[in-house]
Amino acid sequence: MKILVAIKRVVDYAVKIRVKPDKTGVVTQNVKMSMNPFCEIALEEALRIRESGLASEVVAVSMGPTQCIDTLRTGLAMGADRGIHVEFNDALYPLSVANIFKKLVEIEKPSLVILGKQAIDDDCNQTGQMIAGLLNWPQGTFASKVVLDKEKQVVTVDREVDDGTETVCLNLPAVITTDLRLNQPRYATLPNIMKAKSKPIKNFTPEDLNVEIKSDLEIVEVTEPPKRKAGVILSSVDELIDKLKNEANVI
Amino acid sequence: GSTLVIAEHEGGVIKAPSLSAILAATSLDSSISLLLAGSGSSLHQAASQASSSHPSISQVLVADSDKFKNPLAEPWAKLVHLVHQSGGYSHIIAASSSFGKNVMPRAAALLNVSPITDVTRISDSNTFVRPIYAGNALCTVRYTGSSPCILTIRSTSFPVPKNSVDSKSSEASISEVDLSTFDEDIDKSRYISQTSQDDERPDLGNARIVISGGRALKNAENFKLIENLAKKLGGAVGATRAAVDAGFVANDLQVGQTGKIVAPELYMAFGISGAIQHLAGMRDSKVIVAVNSDADAPIFQVADYGLVGDLFEVIPELQEKLPEKK
Repeated sequence: MKILVAIKRVVDYAVKIRVKPDKTGVVTQNVKMSMNPFCEIALEEALRIRESGLASEVVAVSMGPTQCIDTLRTGLAMGADRGIHVEFNDALYPLSVANIFKKLVEIEKPSLVILGKQAIDDDCNQTGQMIAGLLNWPQGTFASKVVLDKEKQVVTVDREVDDGTETVCLNLPAVITTDLRLNQPRYATLPNIMKAKSKPIKNFTPEDLNVEIKSDLEIVEVTEPPKRKAGVILSSVDELIDKLKNEANVI
Repeated sequence: GSTLVIAEHEGGVIKAPSLSAILAATSLDSSISLLLAGSGSSLHQAASQASSSHPSISQVLVADSDKFKNPLAEPWAKLVHLVHQSGGYSHIIAASSSFGKNVMPRAAALLNVSPITDVTRISDSNTFVRPIYAGNALCTVRYTGSSPCILTIRSTSFPVPKNSVDSKSSEASISEVDLSTFDEDIDKSRYISQTSQDDERPDLGNARIVISGGRALKNAENFKLIENLAKKLGGAVGATRAAVDAGFVANDLQVGQTGKIVAPELYMAFGISGAIQHLAGMRDSKVIVAVNSDADAPIFQVADYGLVGDLFEVIPELQEKLPEKK
């Protein structure tokens, strides 16, 4: 059984982003880029499933400019068996990503597709659901626990939902998107980073896959959020209660 | 144009986030149809309540089937697709709840359109504002594709005024969705269970007051200090990702980029340093209070009122001196 994992290259989570003065986006030049943290969790889960003997191969997929190969190498160093890079140098929205992914699924025929629930750059939270919809596969989004039953060909997923945890059971093949508490991703060790250099990465373009990138979205502008006005530091609980009562009128 | 709002209901009433979705739909200057699904008497109760809940609602569509008893994305997305085929809507809107996040992108894929999720402002019928990078930037995006334009809205950005239900408003017609062509293979996914929620506390997403704690509370036992203070003020309890990860409280209390987004009148943060992921979930609160022993904690940069001190001294003093909820 094969697992396909999507990994996205994003601005590192620790970077304090800056909006470009011309409002076309945020500054990404000379900014540290990393694998989206939710994608690390997705890859980790796939690796654990393979290590438990339930899967034979983990394939990492990344889409975007050439630099995505660095992200793929990181994924290979974590333990993925091979990589697929779909090269595209313009904006890629989730619908296009899902259409490309669908083609890759038709080629690779995995039993499971695992993705992060969202990317920390655009915060869309769409791609996994869209892949599942296009393939007409069941989906287990926002997973905090994944239990695979290879014999019965089902996967049981605990999902983090607004009022607690929901459990669903899905027939394979299925799509899973990962939430934060699913696992703690491993670090790539130096020997594995060296080993990753010889692992294969296949290259495609959307044209190779017969996917037309049509865009039905247009970014008008990206701006800074309104700033909160500076607050005050108080000296005592009494003063705080007085302010809340008589100035803010909230209690 | 005409807008379809996908509404969630519980116990015979429309859920609060869905009321926000209806409010958002009214700004699109179009007639509104409401889609409710489920089974049994609570569905029909909710439908009749919905039919008079807003004067802009012209029609309530009811899909009554066991297939929609549980919020599974597979049949729900198919249903949205089916209802759109007969209705030809310009917009389809749902709240950005865990249900809306799960179902709407899947429905959008079936309709071959790009959804726009977590919208905080509707500028015009094709132009929307949504936060990106955990709310550290706002993106204005224009939809240029074909109908329908699919949106999920952040309910805290579309607050529904209290007592806005006008009992004298005209009643919309209620009609059943024809499910004779509905062919979803429901065996592909099965609903197993859901942890029950604590009904005594106000819902975190809609509470007027939220009392939150971070890792500095040290353990689950100490976190009761937060819970007791919330009880006294009639507020909801929130937590940081770190506090949830450390096992102090359940995951549904997490406030932040990937947890709940809240915007209460009063947000009190105890022992919370103010990581951007947390700020993303509460920065729109009206009044923010921060109590932290570290005077340099970033939370103080967004707080209206800050108190530098030991929360194990401050919380008991507040507990004693704050007035009981009215």
